[in-house]
Amino acid sequence: MYKIAKENLSALFQKIAGDKELYLPVKNGGQTNYAAWDETVEVDIDTLKTVKSAKDAFFPQFETLYNVKREGKKLDLQQEALKDKDFVIFGMKACDIQGVKVLDNVFLSEPVDTYYAARRAHGIIVAMACHEPEESCFCKVFGLDAADPSAADVATWMVDGELYWKALTEKGEALTASVKDLLTDADEAKVEAEKAQIRAIVEKLPYSNLSLEGWGGDATDVKFKSPVWETLYKGCLACGTCTFVCPTCQCYDIKDYTTKDGIQRYRCWDSCMYSDFTLMAGGNNRTSQLQRYRQRFMHKLVYYPANNNGMYACVGCGRCVEKCPSSLNIVKVIKAFENEGGSKA
Amino acid sequence: MSECTCNPGYTKDTLVPQIGVITDIREETPDVKTFRVNALDGGKLFEHMPGQCAMVCVPGVSEGMFSITSSPTNKEYQEFSIKRCGVLTEKLHSLEVGDQITVRGPYGNNFPVETELKGKNLLFIAGGIGLAPLRSVINYVLDNRENYGTVDILYGSRSADDLVQLKEIQEVWMKAPNVNVYLTIDREQEGWDGHVGFVPTYLKEIGFDTDKTALVCGPPIMIKFVLQGLKEMGYTDEQIYTTLELRMKCGIGKCGRCNIGTKFVCKDGPVFRYDQIEELPDEY
Amino acid sequence: MQELINKAKELLANGTVVRVLGWRAGDLSYNPEPAFFETEEDLQKFVYDGFCGANLSKYMIEASKLDGKTLVFLKPCDTYSFNQLIKEHRVDREKAYIVGVGCRGKLDIDKIKEQGIKGIESVEGTELDGPDTLTIKTLYGDKTCSYASAMLGRCHVCKGKEHMIADEIIGESKDTKDAERFDAVKAVEAMSPEERFNFFQKELRKCIRCNACRNVCPACSCRKCVFDSNKFDSAQKANVDSFEEKMFHVIRAFHVAGRCTDCGECSRVCPQGIQLHLFNRKFIKDINEYYGEFQAGADIEARGPLTNYTFDDVEPSIVKERG
Repeated sequence: MYKIAKENLSALFQKIAGDKELYLPVKNGGQTNYAAWDETVEVDIDTLKTVKSAKDAFFPQFETLYNVKREGKKLDLQQEALKDKDFVIFGMKACDIQGVKVLDNVFLSEPVDTYYAARRAHGIIVAMACHEPEESCFCKVFGLDAADPSAADVATWMVDGELYWKALTEKGEALTASVKDLLTDADEAKVEAEKAQIRAIVEKLPYSNLSLEGWGGDATDVKFKSPVWETLYKGCLACGTCTFVCPTCQCYDIKDYTTKDGIQRYRCWDSCMYSDFTLMAGGNNRTSQLQRYRQRFMHKLVYYPANNNGMYACVGCGRCVEKCPSSLNIVKVIKAFENEGGSKA
Repeated sequence: MSECTCNPGYTKDTLVPQIGVITDIREETPDVKTFRVNALDGGKLFEHMPGQCAMVCVPGVSEGMFSITSSPTNKEYQEFSIKRCGVLTEKLHSLEVGDQITVRGPYGNNFPVETELKGKNLLFIAGGIGLAPLRSVINYVLDNRENYGTVDILYGSRSADDLVQLKEIQEVWMKAPNVNVYLTIDREQEGWDGHVGFVPTYLKEIGFDTDKTALVCGPPIMIKFVLQGLKEMGYTDEQIYTTLELRMKCGIGKCGRCNIGTKFVCKDGPVFRYDQIEELPDEY
Repeated sequence: MQELINKAKELLANGTVVRVLGWRAGDLSYNPEPAFFETEEDLQKFVYDGFCGANLSKYMIEASKLDGKTLVFLKPCDTYSFNQLIKEHRVDREKAYIVGVGCRGKLDIDKIKEQGIKGIESVEGTELDGPDTLTIKTLYGDKTCSYASAMLGRCHVCKGKEHMIADEIIGESKDTKDAERFDAVKAVEAMSPEERFNFFQKELRKCIRCNACRNVCPACSCRKCVFDSNKFDSAQKANVDSFEEKMFHVIRAFHVAGRCTDCGECSRVCPQGIQLHLFNRKFIKDINEYYGEFQAGADIEARGPLTNYTFDDVEPSIVKERG
């Protein structure tokens, strides 16, 4: 294990960015989100949660798939280049990394999404333990350990003004070697104490003991037909906030953008909350917000687990808890069904 | 990564289509045209199975999922019968032979012509443009006649002018041995001496034996009453196949919009046996 | 709060209304949600405190389509929106029983978090007649902050404690204004064109096109939004280029000009903290200067400045001069 003083981090970032793209939490206009590093940005690794998850690094909100030019009857099609350079994404929390694993099951299953696969192959994840978990967090419910983000290439901990650094994979070892001269040897005692402290806080979080009993792949019938949805969805504004801040939402749209140079065919995030999501010339199979609201949570807590060996498409990051304009969120959905069971029994 | 055998270098997983050339356009009805499409080198775009679909796109307009109406036994080209009903189909109808479009696929599952349907007596029931996916199966079956039992085809449309593929029906299907074709139109029409009445009603009038497997495709309302009719006649859910049509963007089960329950219609469908549909949440 | 619940129970019981539109207690101390209540039992979850910032007027568009009357609780500033919706024939006055609720400013949990307070277990002192100081219990120790320091931005330029429309009023309101409404607009106006462009670019670049601002906005009540059209290249979901980043918000600001009551919901709900109200407030300031003082939603009679003509209207050339 190594460490580096917090005040030397800019040197570390500079070094990493010397031969790789580097993405990390950056504060812009009061909000912290992942962005490319350069010397002018205001790095913010103290804010626990970025507004958007780190999903953009692998599945950007907007990306061009290919360009088409038309000459008379003929079409000329040029595919957009796939990511071919290594990049580092620094500061990902355990929940966001789990979010990427949820996306992996979708995009890396046959037929593979090559745009995503290329980014995954070239991405190096430097994770960061959650120094001070917050009340909206519930990653423990999904078996994650905020204190020890082990599903990364490098894990780091910020303790007493020093960043502790531990390589976990070959990619991580290589990255470590490339910045070795900025790191000093460290023992794990302080990190172990930090882990214990984080875990103790996690135990006390209000949502940590949320029960998922009754959810999962076999619950389609009973949950879909429940009358609970009829009251639950009513405050929903049908905006896409929950979808766009969620680390696991992967629905997308493919559209054309006509430019003076031709047609740009792009993919962008879409939201099952939007009224036109399933609209087609022949009709619409989800015409009400009740149906759309139900679909989002059924997908996360029933359909996805059914297709992915029980893995939930929620990681407990709590962004929807913090950001939903109507304060509706997946926790309230889970609890509403809990209560339903209680009152009707 | 799956590479297409007939067009090396083309990988269907990238969302990047091939360029297709329209090599023939047949005007079937006032609002249905059948487009023949070839790859740039003149060959087939890809190999497919009956019931599979492909994403057809006019760049700058839109992309949509259409069933491939030609049979895989056709070694020269693919055909799509497309009804004019929206922005994309409007544009497609304005295209001419020689125009290029983009096509990616094939997507989805297919009617189980090589497994469950083999050796079976087949009953095809189609309404309007719903004949498009079944035509692929019918021609596949006729080209491999020895593998299947009796073939009955019940096809109806609004009017005589709206019957798709009428020439082929009359010149090929009606003349094929051991094939019975039943045509019907919704309302009386001058010059039509065939049956008049809705498909579900005609179905009950004919009263097919239950020794068949039914393949049904058409507008939702027709499907609903045909299923009712088949049930009354004694058909079980396991004897009935149909296709579902939902909005799709990716065609590979990832973009999320054709998700119903645990299924993605573009990937796990569009062909479903009726007992599989019964298990889905009521959202299709 | 009990008085509100009692009133709701009474009106449900005597058949005046068939449902109640209010706020349901959240599972954290700061996240109540807009909700409908139909029975006395439902009302056990009713809450009204400092975190009930959501303007319920817009929900009345849907409620107006339902059978029977809805009891709706409106804060003073929400009543402007309701009036404007009446004027636009989006809500049915006859379908609403309006109880004006007291307000002493509404709270913004982010304003508390910005003060470095995290791991919030409870916030005490949020009730209408509570103290001037909030006591916040957190996983990292107890904290306090003043009520005013935790208020939504809009409450600092409060339009006043009067309800513009109501069948009855329950609870005392307080004018929480401690800043000039147009100061922030003036600050932007004072910027050089280049600074101003950079300012807005920086703000709007944060936009993730979630449409929360539009969907919460009482003035955005079109049955089908132009940005939801499939025929439109730049529909809703993503900003394809920097032009689009601005276009969505600028078009929206133009569309609600003269109708926006400055309720501030757009800025309250923006997940990226974009100061969206600045656009609308700039329009309000300009309209005030060109056509005379006007407050949308102050009544249901006055014609809007942009849909009315008077001989005193400013000439286009003067707009150009002044603009």
